[in-house]
Amino acid sequence: MAKYNTPKAKKGTLMRLIKMLFKEYKGRIIISMFCIVVMAIGNFASSVFVKNITDTIEFAIRNGQNPWTLSQEGYLPLSTLLILMGGFYVASLLGSFFWNYIMAITTQQFMNSIRIQMFDHMETLPIKYFDTHAHGDIMSIYTNDTDTIRQLVSQSLPSLFQTSFTVMALLIIMLSYSVWLTLIVLLGSVMMFLNTKFIGGKSAKFFVKQQRALGIVEGSIEESINGLKVIKVFCHEEKSIEDFEKLNDHLCDVATTGNINGNIVGPIMGNIGNFLYVLVAIVGSILIIYSDNVQNLTITGFSPIGYGVVVSFLMMARMFTNNINNFAQQVTFIVMGLAGASRVFELLDEQSEVDDGYVTLVHIKYHDDGTFEETDERTRFYAWKHPHKDGTLEYVKLQGDIVLDHVDFGYVPEKLVLHDVSIYARPGQKIAFVGATGAGKTTITNLINRFYDIADGKIRYDGININKIKKDDLRRSLGIVLQDTNLFTGTVMENIRYGRLDATDEEVYEAAKIANAYDFIMRLPEGFNTMLSGDGANLSQGQRQLLSIARAAVADTPVMILDEATSSIDTRTELLVQKGTDKLMEGRTVLVIAHRLSTVQNSNAIMVLEHGRIIERGDHEDLIKQKGKYYQLYTGMFELE
Amino acid sequence: MFSKIKLILKSVREYKVPALLTPLFMIGEASMECALPFVMSKFIDEIEKVNASVGFSTLWPYIIILVIMAMVSLACGIMGGRTAAIASTGLAKNLRADLYKKLQSFSFENIDKFSNSSLVTRMTTDVTNTQQSFQMCIRIVIRAPLMLFFSVVMAFASGGSMAWIFLGIIPIVVFGLLLIIKLAMPIFRRVFKKYDALNESVQENISGIRVVKSFVREKYEQKKFNAASNALVTDFVKAEKVLAFNNPIMNFAIHLSNILVCALGAHLIFTTASTHTEIIGEVETTVIDWGALSIGQLSSLLTYGVQILMSLMMISMIIVMLTMSLESIRRIAEVLEEEPTIKNPDNPLMEVKDGSVSFKNVDFKYKATAEKNTLENINVDIKSGQFIGIIGSTGAGKTSLVNLISRLYDITDGELLVGGQDVRKYDLDVLRNNVAVVLQKNVLFSGTIEENLRWGDLNASQDEIVKAAKIAQADEFINSFPDGYETHIEQGGTNVSGGQKQRLCIARAILKKPKILILDDSTSAVDTKTDKLIRIGLKNEIPNTTKIVIAQRISSIEDADQIIVLNDGKIDEIGTHESLLKSNKIYQEVYYTQNRTGGDN
Repeated sequence: MAKYNTPKAKKGTLMRLIKMLFKEYKGRIIISMFCIVVMAIGNFASSVFVKNITDTIEFAIRNGQNPWTLSQEGYLPLSTLLILMGGFYVASLLGSFFWNYIMAITTQQFMNSIRIQMFDHMETLPIKYFDTHAHGDIMSIYTNDTDTIRQLVSQSLPSLFQTSFTVMALLIIMLSYSVWLTLIVLLGSVMMFLNTKFIGGKSAKFFVKQQRALGIVEGSIEESINGLKVIKVFCHEEKSIEDFEKLNDHLCDVATTGNINGNIVGPIMGNIGNFLYVLVAIVGSILIIYSDNVQNLTITGFSPIGYGVVVSFLMMARMFTNNINNFAQQVTFIVMGLAGASRVFELLDEQSEVDDGYVTLVHIKYHDDGTFEETDERTRFYAWKHPHKDGTLEYVKLQGDIVLDHVDFGYVPEKLVLHDVSIYARPGQKIAFVGATGAGKTTITNLINRFYDIADGKIRYDGININKIKKDDLRRSLGIVLQDTNLFTGTVMENIRYGRLDATDEEVYEAAKIANAYDFIMRLPEGFNTMLSGDGANLSQGQRQLLSIARAAVADTPVMILDEATSSIDTRTELLVQKGTDKLMEGRTVLVIAHRLSTVQNSNAIMVLEHGRIIERGDHEDLIKQKGKYYQLYTGMFELE
Repeated sequence: MFSKIKLILKSVREYKVPALLTPLFMIGEASMECALPFVMSKFIDEIEKVNASVGFSTLWPYIIILVIMAMVSLACGIMGGRTAAIASTGLAKNLRADLYKKLQSFSFENIDKFSNSSLVTRMTTDVTNTQQSFQMCIRIVIRAPLMLFFSVVMAFASGGSMAWIFLGIIPIVVFGLLLIIKLAMPIFRRVFKKYDALNESVQENISGIRVVKSFVREKYEQKKFNAASNALVTDFVKAEKVLAFNNPIMNFAIHLSNILVCALGAHLIFTTASTHTEIIGEVETTVIDWGALSIGQLSSLLTYGVQILMSLMMISMIIVMLTMSLESIRRIAEVLEEEPTIKNPDNPLMEVKDGSVSFKNVDFKYKATAEKNTLENINVDIKSGQFIGIIGSTGAGKTSLVNLISRLYDITDGELLVGGQDVRKYDLDVLRNNVAVVLQKNVLFSGTIEENLRWGDLNASQDEIVKAAKIAQADEFINSFPDGYETHIEQGGTNVSGGQKQRLCIARAILKKPKILILDDSTSAVDTKTDKLIRIGLKNEIPNTTKIVIAQRISSIEDADQIIVLNDGKIDEIGTHESLLKSNKIYQEVYYTQNRTGGDN
């Protein structure tokens, strides 16, 4: 997997995430928030009750009364207190259980919804997106980034809410006790914030560095593993270990610094809390001792401070700092979660592939008199259904006539890779493209199936401008075999059937025979039911290509594009495959790209491409007679790649 | 599993000191954390007695003690955080290095066993997981039980028999937590496997997007993914529902013990305390004589109760974390435990006499369990300095055959001699330095062209490098680059063409000055003219080196001393171009398909 982008959240990400959550789970979130408030109040109230209970006991003992049945203004009997406390406990318990329960389920469903949204959206994105983004990078959105969101939604956001609620409530109560003491607590909080910002910030910086170093190490591991056989053949193990250890040491250094800073935030915060506790106690004592000289200020006015107030205040100060500490522990998760969310949104905001086509592909059935009509059943005949603007409906028989008319194209507007390319592929013809890597062969096929759109010129399919054809239908009419085979996890049968989902087993066998793959498949441990995994890693490159040809053969399309489809197959097998596909494609159009000239020799027309221009065209004999580039290639005076 | 953890822990090595110091610091921090509330409650009791006349004097000792304790706790916390970070990142570093070294010792057979992507994950994600759980262990595993122990001791010290309440509740909590872990863990483990599979399918969709779109399978893929993802969430929710009981159980225990402590405590105080009056200053005051329990003790009991349960909660968290990282540990250990299948023999031969190779009744299969031999009954005699061609169709066993010569794989049966000696008697480095292979799937590494060529010989002089490049017909195009031999090669060699890459790989192999040079389909992307020049160069410049060439093109091997025609793992025939053309059907077929469709004449 490739290097990660430096994580950094865009503005508004938090709001968007919260909105998204609210939109889908409004009821549940409000209930959860309510439960959190109940829990917080319950926790808080019960700690107040502890104080009341001790007061009651002390008062009762002091006055020789039974604390269980004490009746005195300002004191509740112990029995009542315990029942009340129990009540609050139950409330807090229920609150805690329900918010945990609801948020856990909601988070999972939310993650599921995000995953599905991302995947569904990703499938609609144009090829350009995949060509311009590192695949490892896209992948890490699904793994790393969604993971950080999970933490954010299930833990950090609820805890953030609980903390702010508790802190606000505590602040008000503390102010009602003593403004002076509150100011001291706030002073301590400022220090805690600064600590979070500096040490926590430093740790975050190093975690980013660590991520980058990890990316480099990962790249080096990947390279080494891919080249492991070469390393062994050259006895290069020692040197390779030496190189790796340098990178590894660097990673360890930054990781250590990041972790040290991360680890010491907690102890520092906790002990600021301890110092603060002592400080409050001292100031509280001063206020008691010098109560004649120093007035205690509260939000409701001046009121004298007593021992009870100081003790309660100390308890609340402790709760206050604990909450701030909790918040500090969540900060890293929140920052990381927002960075992750912002990358998820980036993917969701990518522009989908636009399709303005309205010409569709339909099956047709011929009548005896040569006319045809549209049908729902699968025939081997197709027509384009073309609704005109004036309301009339025209059916154009699909023949596979493809014309590129003075086409210009560039992947980026500034740099054209195809210049004034014109190609005429008549129904039933086999057209070949020959040229060096980068000459623009694959680009032409990318344009025909509209993975990319042309800059200038026209492409016509059976006389229809391909911009008018619905992309799905256009692509359904083209069978493409690519050099990179890309098989999917599943059985051999499933992989071939990918070409046409409703193909019968017999049709799959037939396609495998056409591709000359049947024999080797039968020799696999479980024949057609053999599981392929990891892009069919258990097959040779040549065998994978045969499977991908079978996959295209079962699709049985009117036009076929073979892009270096037989590059890893030996010439003898290739000849057998060719015989099979030639029979299949009889009367149908085939476009072939190959660097091996033997593959293209029997084509009706061969286009020689150089730097995005067609420099020679004609059939094999013509081109040999021309004594141009093709002749030189053929006689081995030039190499292609 | 225990042995696997032990194996991983071996990699702590030079970080043993910080790894062992961390728990010590944690003991310091934990004991301070336990003692602080105790001293604080005394301090608060003291505050009750302050008034204008007594002043501050009684408070000072407490303040000083508290500040010192907080300082000690801070120092221990910081030091512990440092050592924990150093030890855990150090362990991760060592694990990565150990894995990397292990990988380098693997034979081809070992390599084939693991998929590339899984090896990368093991060295990155799995190591990071292990690092985190190790850090957690040394910081908290010691600390949490310690806190538990201290808290219980303090509870007994301050609350006497009242502390039994906690000891009664602990088993209930432990039982509840264990039950949750036992119920949730299997679900989680299952779910994570499914989750991996789901991500793998995303990966396939990303790299295979052209296929998906070409076959208009977007909707199909979406449906498949939605179903898989929805199935996953059902399982996840099941596990989460169980886990959601975790917090409430803890809270319930805390609450229950609080109520019990208050109720029983109040009763105890009520039944044992008495009062008397005293004249303090000039005021008559009621003074309480606490009996079995004082109010202060009651408060600290409550505090210790919370601490006891908190440490239990931490212990349960660690158990969950550890179980989750066990899978990573298992995957790392799997690589570390893998025994290289090809090792140096004892007292190895350190010299290869000449470049002769002799196969005697050699059978070979990749897996001992495979039914069919990949190569069967191979008998070939190659004299030193000969040029050997090998031809045959996809899957005939050409690559397997040459891989045996440098012991990339070991033969299953028969005898294989190089330089007149069994290959298994040689030192591996000596053998491989004398048998240079240009692999079919060849790789250049990121670095300059010169650095890549130097793989053949680290100490090669500039002249030697240029000479090798000239033989491989690479010198010319290298010089056409602006930076010449200093041109930087991207990862995977993406910035040179296929033909150029092959020629660089040949030059790299020539630099080794081997006694045997094997080219496995190494000129397939090179044009026929250059191909011929390379052959001429090899013949003239290194005449004494045995050259074994696998080729698709007949033209590449037609002037070989011997041509081996392989078919389905067996030798079909051995002969020269002329003799095979006369008698061998396969050879004829290949020759005619290529001649009809273009050879070089």
